[in-house]
Amino acid sequence: MGNPNVGKSVVFSRLTGANVIASNYPGTTVDFSKGKMRLNTEHLEIIDAPGTYSLTPTNKAEEVALKMLNEADIVINVVNATNLERNLYLTLELLEKNIPVVIALNIWDEAHHLGIKINIKELKKILEIPVVPTVALTGEGIKELVGQIKNAKTNEKIKKTSEEGRWIEIGSIIKKVENVEHRHHSIKDIISDLTIKPITGLPIAVGIIFFSFWIVRFIGENLISYIFDPIFYNLYLPLIENLSEWIGQPGLIHTLLIGEYGKEIVFEESLGMFTTGLYVPIAMVMPYIFSFYLILSILEDTGYMPRLATLVDNIFHKLGMHGHGIVPMFLGLGCNVPGALSTRTLETRKQRFISATLLAISVPCMAQTAMVFGILGPHGLYYIGLVFLTLAILYIIMGIIMNKFIKGESPEIFLEIPPYRRPSFKTIIKKTGMRLRWFLREAIPYLFSGVVIINILYHIGFLGWLGNIFSPLMYGIFGLPGDASIAMAVGFLRKDLAVGMLIPLGMNPLQLVIAATMLTVYFPCVATFVVLLKELGIKDMIKSVIIMIGTAVIVGFTLRTILLGF
Amino acid sequence: MDQLGISLLNIPNNKKARIVSVDGGTGFLRKLQVMGIRKDQEIKIVSKQPFRGPLTIEVSGSQLTLGRGMAKKIMVEVI
Repeated sequence: MGNPNVGKSVVFSRLTGANVIASNYPGTTVDFSKGKMRLNTEHLEIIDAPGTYSLTPTNKAEEVALKMLNEADIVINVVNATNLERNLYLTLELLEKNIPVVIALNIWDEAHHLGIKINIKELKKILEIPVVPTVALTGEGIKELVGQIKNAKTNEKIKKTSEEGRWIEIGSIIKKVENVEHRHHSIKDIISDLTIKPITGLPIAVGIIFFSFWIVRFIGENLISYIFDPIFYNLYLPLIENLSEWIGQPGLIHTLLIGEYGKEIVFEESLGMFTTGLYVPIAMVMPYIFSFYLILSILEDTGYMPRLATLVDNIFHKLGMHGHGIVPMFLGLGCNVPGALSTRTLETRKQRFISATLLAISVPCMAQTAMVFGILGPHGLYYIGLVFLTLAILYIIMGIIMNKFIKGESPEIFLEIPPYRRPSFKTIIKKTGMRLRWFLREAIPYLFSGVVIINILYHIGFLGWLGNIFSPLMYGIFGLPGDASIAMAVGFLRKDLAVGMLIPLGMNPLQLVIAATMLTVYFPCVATFVVLLKELGIKDMIKSVIIMIGTAVIVGFTLRTILLGF
Repeated sequence: MDQLGISLLNIPNNKKARIVSVDGGTGFLRKLQVMGIRKDQEIKIVSKQPFRGPLTIEVSGSQLTLGRGMAKKIMVEVI
């Protein structure tokens, strides 16, 4: 346990070897992770809890931390050495509860550079518990920490006291153990000032965001055209053609594995497990997932996110949230699932509801975005721009409307700004790799089963029937072919596959824009749906779904009227 | 008069000040205290966002962003 952004998750990774996402901003961990560690012959279970400043929770993530505390036999209290005074508050609260505590005095290297000297011997003597200086990022001190876990102690002398009493106690401890030398303004401070002052900060923010998206697209596109497409078309296609010949006859097996027998194999459209089922996740989506998370990881690890949150706070207040609402949105651009989870760092029900609903309505995940690039890219950037402009306008309009009508408070921002840190190449790659593996584990089973289900439903005539039934509705209201409703149904399973299903329908680019936008708005995919249901509860989820579907119909109809005429 | 101090909102950027008192309920006070906003601490405004946007302040060695409504309740004296 420990304050937010002190490196608990990094310490946890070091102790257990388990991979968890860590970043340089408070509130990265919103749920607990459990991992195992061997200590001599014993197996210890280590729990990584979300950060909290005190044992009185102010948001849902902190509530999780408290719950975890009740399960623990020993607490490893990770303390930020550059901010000892503030961190000791939680330490004292823990000791008052008579739980054995060992302190990992983390970010020890930075404290040293800042001219902060901490007398560890004295601190140990006062608190009567083990204190180990660590630099979790490099692994320094972790061995000693492991050795001291068993020596964790309670301190009977620290009695329950008032808040006032604790601060007095902390004051006297700090006086005895800490000595701060004056430090000079460093280059990091200058960059920090430039990126948070509005005059320079806003242009820089716009620049960083545009550059980030440009580079995500650049890397993604080039990976596809120079690596993945050549592999799939030159090496993999002949294999599949051989397989098709070997099967040699039409039938369910050929249809399921490859696609309709006798038809030319088109990776995007054939709808076989080994054609579309692999091509979509690996060659169309994964390159973008990689480039997106690479850039996001860099933004996260430098510590830029809280500064961005400060700059956009004003706008987000108009939408019923505060600046921290940008974090669920950014994470949601990768995948809506972690985005939905991170709404926990917002304080009130109103903020969480708005943030989660906006996420579901107008934040397309990277899997879907990649497919939109794939199908609209050949027609021109203009059409892609239309989709994203519509979604951005929608985010703002729906935010303003919900802010007016949803009851509850939206408190002001209160957010720690961590110092800038140079992201380590190794960590960035490791983190991106973790997220890539997570994507593949999620995507491929869903896509495989999606392909199977679609084929079976086609086979028994259900999808044809569905297309027919909805045909007048789809055409009449949205100007789309009836079969687009099949894509909508598939969208519940996976959005990337759904966008792919639009390809064989022979729509014009403007119809594709309408369909792609509606696919984002109308409903989240099943994975996101489950998380949202858990986070919001049934009652709010029903409200949220009504808003989503209502918005989708209005937006679809409006777009149709504007783009296609009546 | 010195005892009461002036609101943090009225301090120019980059001017060092000392916190005299913080108004508000227990929950609010605790939230601020654990972030280092306590009586007698030195405080400095790093930036103010326009259109009544939030303030970024530096207090006890770290920076944090907070809304103007909160900042209004922090009374300080310039040093």
